[in-house]
Amino acid sequence: MSFPWAKHYEPKAPLMRWLDEKLPLPRLVYNSIGAGYPVPRNLNYAWNFGVLAGFCLVLQIVTGVILAMHYAANAGVAFDSVEHIMRDVNWGWLLRYAHANGASFFFVVIYIHIFRGFFYSSYKAPREMVWLLGVVIFLLMMATAFMGYVLPWGQMSFWGAKVITGLFGAIPLVGESIQVWLLGGYAPDNAALNRFFSLHFLLPFVIAGVVILHIWALHIPGSSNPTGVEVKSESDTIPFHPYYTAKDGFGLGVALILYFTFVFYLPNALGHADNYIPANPLSTPAHIVPEWYFWPFYAILRAFTADFILPAKLWGVLAMFAAILVWFFLPWLDKSPVRSGHYRPLFRKFFWFGLIPAMLVLFYCGGAAAEEPYVMISQIATAYYFLHFLVILPIISSIEKPEPLPFSITEAVLGTDTQAVLSDNTTPAN
Amino acid sequence: MTRLIGILVGLGFTFVVLLAFVMGAFTWATEEVAETAEHAFHKPAEPLKLASNGPFGKFDRQQLQRGYQVYKEVCAACHSMHLLSFRNLTEIGYSEAQVKAEAASWTVPGIDPNTGEANTRPGIPTDRFPSPYPNETAARAANNNANPPDLSLITKARPHGPEYLHSLLTGYQEQPAELLEKFPEAKTGVGLYYNPYFANLNIAMPPPLSTDGQVTYADGTEATINQMSTDVTAFLVWTAEPTLEKRNQTGWPVLGFLIFATVLAWFAKKQVWADLKPRKQKT
Repeated sequence: MSFPWAKHYEPKAPLMRWLDEKLPLPRLVYNSIGAGYPVPRNLNYAWNFGVLAGFCLVLQIVTGVILAMHYAANAGVAFDSVEHIMRDVNWGWLLRYAHANGASFFFVVIYIHIFRGFFYSSYKAPREMVWLLGVVIFLLMMATAFMGYVLPWGQMSFWGAKVITGLFGAIPLVGESIQVWLLGGYAPDNAALNRFFSLHFLLPFVIAGVVILHIWALHIPGSSNPTGVEVKSESDTIPFHPYYTAKDGFGLGVALILYFTFVFYLPNALGHADNYIPANPLSTPAHIVPEWYFWPFYAILRAFTADFILPAKLWGVLAMFAAILVWFFLPWLDKSPVRSGHYRPLFRKFFWFGLIPAMLVLFYCGGAAAEEPYVMISQIATAYYFLHFLVILPIISSIEKPEPLPFSITEAVLGTDTQAVLSDNTTPAN
Repeated sequence: MTRLIGILVGLGFTFVVLLAFVMGAFTWATEEVAETAEHAFHKPAEPLKLASNGPFGKFDRQQLQRGYQVYKEVCAACHSMHLLSFRNLTEIGYSEAQVKAEAASWTVPGIDPNTGEANTRPGIPTDRFPSPYPNETAARAANNNANPPDLSLITKARPHGPEYLHSLLTGYQEQPAELLEKFPEAKTGVGLYYNPYFANLNIAMPPPLSTDGQVTYADGTEATINQMSTDVTAFLVWTAEPTLEKRNQTGWPVLGFLIFATVLAWFAKKQVWADLKPRKQKT
């Protein structure tokens, strides 16, 4: 599952030789994130975010497991048990703020990781499976984060759970039964809180499993790179360790500085004040908004305000799910033979001046009140979003004339490729 | 085939959302949105300087003690603070003996050890602050059907909580004549009080701090309405997050270490990558 020139693991110490014979775990690590994994030499800092996402997952699992030791998943005491963590548990405030802001940090990282994939078309053959598994991870993350936000049992927890499960109520005929089945009642209560806690604990480990598949699938073709040209020879690659471990170490440092600035000095900036009010089924908050990382999809949900054959609410729900499901089809929608946006003039323009602004507008409108002019603005951005992935991308991939690609990664980095010259001319040039 | 279906689906969603846009835009352009009193007269909270503000913020314990006095003598008549125990008062500078005496000055619900019947007893440091009402129904019955919220987390439970609370406490006033002229139906109802910082302008809470000198401060500070409001706000910032000071203090060494480690990581990366510097080759 690697290039022929990949270094082989040769244990020297007798203990490691013994271990390698019985259970070749060090060999697995060596071949996946050690010197045995040859990686293109030209990866830029956008390629740091895979490792960062893995770090976030570990961080969330560690802080989450400890928080679960002090949290009580019962509608009567959940809110106060969170405050017990904040006040009475040693360093509980740090754990909780680290976990809550860790979720936001995870989504920042994953959005950059996904949009890196969009720009460099990382979803194209031979990496379709890596991409598909990535979208599965994103869906699991959304479910996990949503259920986690319900656990403090504040006002936004309760009303968020009510609104999101209410989406299933839009399904014709069986919708309402599904909603009752999901919640274990007609409104969120103890049954819902308990199952959300159970699933919130389970799903991160499912994510970890899919992450292993994601990395496994990645190691078969090897990492993509900013030129989009596949690896041709040994000079195109460098071993993951020490080169990318060093580069990722620096990236992790920068990311942690930003993260801890939030944890220590802006711990509630990304949350909502209403969630410090205990859940009250009789008092609806003035604005029900989900966490910031759901805003683009929440804006798409609310953009559909007109009945057309189907009721508006059902259109909104379909569009919201379709907005993510469409990512599954990207490898087959974008048929351009060139991967990297650097060599695709038309694609690049639509990416930077179309998709990115539309996404930012959706982010903003999803967090704003559901009133004009935000609804109209989000409708335009939603229209662009669907046009971009489903209409513009397939069309430009057939009409665009890509710019000339470098012959190889080595040539892109060094300006020349001795091996390429060697293979083209029978006599060495130097 | 995938692309053809994709284009059709994409055009479908686009059509429906643009249809919604056209209908929304038509409504927006043709229908006048009625101006409301809330929209025209609501004021955003005024800025407030507290010692605990900012990344270097520390609690002013003298001020917290004054704030506690305001809570005890004014707010506690209607508002509970159930997340706090008397023992927590040691964190704002009271000695254990003082806390014991303070706890004993409160009456908390208890159980008669002989009969097992509910009764009351003086508080001890491990007791939570007692609620002034036995339940929500009693609270509503005593307050014109409004439920006074628990104050433990109040400064975190409102956007810009400390500023909002201070503005609210000092913001009671006569309803402006201009408002009554424009929106005669928005006249403040019976048992409600006009306050432009409250979301719907009319709050059920009577002005709690209405005269200077309402509280006689033990430390001799002059108890103006503004002073009492600021002090009780500072106190409620502490009740909402007693660990705030520790958080501010812990952050700096953590960030300092991370910056140092990141600078080292940068040089490590430079050194590791040094041998990969593009070497110009003769061709």
